[in-house]
Amino acid sequence: MSTITINGQTLTFAPDSTVLETALAHGIDIPRLCYHPALKPSGGCRLCMVEIEGRPNPAPSCGLACQEGLVIRTESDQLTTMRRDILDLFVSEHPMTCATCDKDGACDLQRYANQFGIMETTLGFEPARTLYQDDNPFFVRDHQYCILCGKCVRVCNEVVGMSAIDYAGRGFDSHIATPFDGLMVDSSCVFCGSCVQICPTAALVPKVRIGQGREAEFETKRTICGYCGVGCSLEFKLKDERAIYARGFPEAPVNGEFLCVKGRSGWDFVSSPERLTQPLLRKDVAYALGLASEPWKLPDTSPLKTHGRDNFLPISWEAALEIVATGFARVIGEFGADAIAGLTSARCTNEENYLFQKFMRAGIGTNNVDHCARLCHSSSVTGLGMAFGSGAMTNPIEDIRHADCILITGSNTAESHPVISYEVVRAVNAGANLVVIDPRRTPMVDHASLWLQPAPGTDVYVFLAMAHVIVREGWADQPFVAARTEGFDAFAAGLLEYTPEVAALHSGVPASKIELAARLYALGLRNDAAALVQDPDSFATPATRGNSTILYAMGITQRKNGTELVLCLANLAMMSGQIGRPYTGVNPLRGQSNVQGACDMGGLPDVLPGYQKVTDAEKRRAVARGWGLEDLPPELGLTVVEMMHAAVDGRLRAMYVMGENPMLSDPNLTHVEEGLRALEFLVVQDIFLSESAQLAHVVLPAAASLEKDGTFTNTERRVQLLHPVLPAPGEALPDWVILMQLATKFAEKINGGREEPRSQVRWHYASQSEIMDEAATVTPSYGGMSYARLAGAGLTWPCPTREHPGTPILHREKFTRGLGKFHAVHARHPAEQTDAEYPLILSTGRVLYHYHTGTMTRRSEGLDWREPRGYAEINPVDAASLNLRDGGPVVIHSRRGQVRTQARLSNNVQPGVVFLSFHWKESPANVLTQDFALDPYAKIPEYKVSAVRLENPSKRAK
Amino acid sequence: MSNATSQRKYVYRGDPIIEAPPAELGAILERHLGERDALITALEEVQRHYGYLGQDHLRYVARTLGFPLARVFGVATFYNLFVFDPPGKYQVRVCRGTACHVNHSGAILDHLCDRLSIAVDETTPDGRFTLQTVACMGACSLAPVVVVNEETLGRMTPTAAWEALQALDGDETTVRDASATQNG
Ligand code: SF4
Ligand code: SF4
Ligand code: SF4
Ligand code: FES
Ligand code: FES
Repeated sequence: MSTITINGQTLTFAPDSTVLETALAHGIDIPRLCYHPALKPSGGCRLCMVEIEGRPNPAPSCGLACQEGLVIRTESDQLTTMRRDILDLFVSEHPMTCATCDKDGACDLQRYANQFGIMETTLGFEPARTLYQDDNPFFVRDHQYCILCGKCVRVCNEVVGMSAIDYAGRGFDSHIATPFDGLMVDSSCVFCGSCVQICPTAALVPKVRIGQGREAEFETKRTICGYCGVGCSLEFKLKDERAIYARGFPEAPVNGEFLCVKGRSGWDFVSSPERLTQPLLRKDVAYALGLASEPWKLPDTSPLKTHGRDNFLPISWEAALEIVATGFARVIGEFGADAIAGLTSARCTNEENYLFQKFMRAGIGTNNVDHCARLCHSSSVTGLGMAFGSGAMTNPIEDIRHADCILITGSNTAESHPVISYEVVRAVNAGANLVVIDPRRTPMVDHASLWLQPAPGTDVYVFLAMAHVIVREGWADQPFVAARTEGFDAFAAGLLEYTPEVAALHSGVPASKIELAARLYALGLRNDAAALVQDPDSFATPATRGNSTILYAMGITQRKNGTELVLCLANLAMMSGQIGRPYTGVNPLRGQSNVQGACDMGGLPDVLPGYQKVTDAEKRRAVARGWGLEDLPPELGLTVVEMMHAAVDGRLRAMYVMGENPMLSDPNLTHVEEGLRALEFLVVQDIFLSESAQLAHVVLPAAASLEKDGTFTNTERRVQLLHPVLPAPGEALPDWVILMQLATKFAEKINGGREEPRSQVRWHYASQSEIMDEAATVTPSYGGMSYARLAGAGLTWPCPTREHPGTPILHREKFTRGLGKFHAVHARHPAEQTDAEYPLILSTGRVLYHYHTGTMTRRSEGLDWREPRGYAEINPVDAASLNLRDGGPVVIHSRRGQVRTQARLSNNVQPGVVFLSFHWKESPANVLTQDFALDPYAKIPEYKVSAVRLENPSKRAK
Repeated sequence: MSNATSQRKYVYRGDPIIEAPPAELGAILERHLGERDALITALEEVQRHYGYLGQDHLRYVARTLGFPLARVFGVATFYNLFVFDPPGKYQVRVCRGTACHVNHSGAILDHLCDRLSIAVDETTPDGRFTLQTVACMGACSLAPVVVVNEETLGRMTPTAAWEALQALDGDETTVRDASATQNG
């Protein structure tokens, strides 16, 4: 083992580590200001100087590589003098106003100045920089406190990948600057706050932190971010029960100190005055029940255009639960249990999802339970299930950083999964190749060594041609294919016709790029040869295969042939042997905080917890017995889109919606509204009066994720504990408490009329921990989980027993289904084709600053400040023919409706393609999307391709 | 987020460079596509062509060559060979080479700064004169020398130089019209 000597101690060091890292790893502290473990050393502050035996001069330890036998001293009179001189220089420019500074007690400069007794300069104080930049709601840059350590510049380059700021000017004028010293908002800054987090001084301070007092007075509470599926850990700083600001922390298992703008700054919606604080009863129901004196009728105006607060009267919890339980019981009595459907929520905890589906199945007695995963990754669940036997990310997020080649397709990673994009940026900065296959120029393309831009809906040709090339060139991993998979020969035979030339013809991607992508991916090549992209032939095939990973998201899944596209990616991974090892895999990036968990817990119409098919009598009965019943309903339930159809034609009479907003998220909104209005009884449980809640008969106020405990399962299958940070407002209750009380009340009502011994079913729990304990008994992959074991970094499923350590990497020795199965796939065109009347293709998607239907993010002042309205990206060529102005209005028409929004001219989209974000109810993208072309396996609608035309509504159009 | 309300919400102002770059700029950048260390050379060439680096020039350099705009700005402001304002119609360069120096070109420079009310490397607010210094124009026999655009004026005195500039005003034919290079 290799060792060095520091201060007389002999210490082992990790390969490629520096003297500073080794010292820190062994608990030896060396003063340092510009070092950060996630960043390349810059050697800028020189505070970390150490003496090296046999060398005349000290050197910065942060950049000093460990070598066998190195003898180091970190403390000496000479070093102390040097450090004092350095600090003296800093302090000669930096006002030591510590007593009143927001960074007091958390500032590295203050700490070292104290330690070395240089609280005042001996050189004469002269401030070098005076600029105070207060141009955004997220943070302030006060240049007089800046010591030019460059950590903010490096984190923005090396981790965030935005490069929004850099050193500018020279000598005395040097400072950290945005382009042209302009506003942050005019730079490429994404307000992630990573620079603020790691700035050693008060030069960067969160705005909400200013004037709130000393860090030491704050209380600290940690929980998991409630937005996306990355599952970042947040640390809240509180004072007097009020959250002051949020930050990352180094031990956070997924994200370390880094977060995105939503996680760091987008949680203020919880204290919005619009939060629901009392159960609400719609006025017409109140009248019918004799609780209101005036008759009333629900207005016909679409909830997209109203706020609906006047539709309701507040009632007590007791009354509300009574009305809901009676309502459900009545519908069952009249129309049967299958006339009721429930939407569970990807934003609620595992325990709540478990309880919700248990209520639907064991309480109501139907499999009509689904949630919006149907609309995002159901094709991953089916496709990866068919190929591998398990439909989730195969590898952990941290594997991405060590991959040699990363293939991203149909994922706007930087905006939808920001913290995962940081891992990609770090990999690329370390020399990995990034191949992006996407019709739209997403921010990831800036980091790509190769970008393939297929016309929308034609990427299937590109994938098939890549597979064709891999077979043709002999790049397939024959030993892996032979030992671990089946069906390869039939699959390979089906590839013959899909040459790169054929693919080029359909997709518009040059054949040479397809060949290069196939090569980079299959062989896992690094970007070490700069000439690679220009001259692929200069690059010799290495003896050993590198590691390639695939990241994909809704650009693949929200398609008519979504399952087949997922199979294409699975085929590529298996034929190249890029799965079942660290740093490889096929990784669907899941959208919402607990969408993985909502699926795991059986919030789907065809499976029970742990993906046990409802049609599998043996497994179904086992779950039933676990719940104290003989059996459960055996028929498949309705999916989200089918529910809306069934509501319109009267097969469905009542719905229970927990934390979902189909009025904005589902395709063909006009039809959804028709369906919800047709229901006899609609119960919505949410934190805000969402567009869907406005149509409800009863609205139940729920607690937000920051206000409760429970667990979320992130996109890498890591189950993590939440902790309440704030109290819930008013009478709002955690969803699990509401469910428990409702189910108990409902059981009392229904038991009289039924023969089954429903009273055996347990509906009462003292805590979510108890719910997890029960869920573990019926969910094999969660079998070994309990709150005690989940503390800390959580556990990754499958974790079948109490001793099992969890499974970060799936399919290692064998696939979940045994052998990996190749499926022959044939190219299909999107369901809706363009024609003379609707000549353009519309694709929908997300923007960084908003989440889902905007119920949370639009009530966050900072996020709403940055992107207050929706917009469409339109290629300048298409804009020119209509005289559309950049920033001006545009109306988009499809066969189903029209939407008015802001036009942004952009070369991110090809001519003929329009991109529209879906978060805004003023410009609801899903009025335009279609719900008729569902993927045959997963029933997912094709959000990504609709035919549209544009209209210029302004008078000056002509 | 109590501070947020003080901020005006973000207003999309359009992409300043949605159009393709002007042909000459495009041609310059074309030559450096794919070169990783071409930033300074490209900036030099752009400045040589336009006489200065405008904001949109830097934006096109960044976007076309794939460098972050903040880095392009940082690099451009680090080297003092780059200027960011369009040059005046008349570029007045006072020689500070040895021969001119011993013949009191310093006094000429001071006088012109004083009369034009600008410092070296600045342009008069009306855009007429940019004042610069050079180190030896290779015309030492004529020292001290002042060069206005392409025209070399020898054996200058402070007053003669100032009069020469004043005389230029009505008589544009004696110097090459620099305004043609100003439109970026
Ligand atoms: S702003 Fe902070 S992180 Fe950035 S250079 Fe200045 S002191 Fe360092
Ligand atoms: S907030 Fe994030 S994107 Fe903006 S400058 Fe800081 S690190 Fe860069
Ligand atoms: S990346 Fe996702 S989980 Fe992480 S802070 Fe942002 S929204 Fe939250
Ligand atoms: S920490 Fe090593 S030079 Fe700053
Ligand atoms: S010193 Fe002025 S021209 Fe040579």
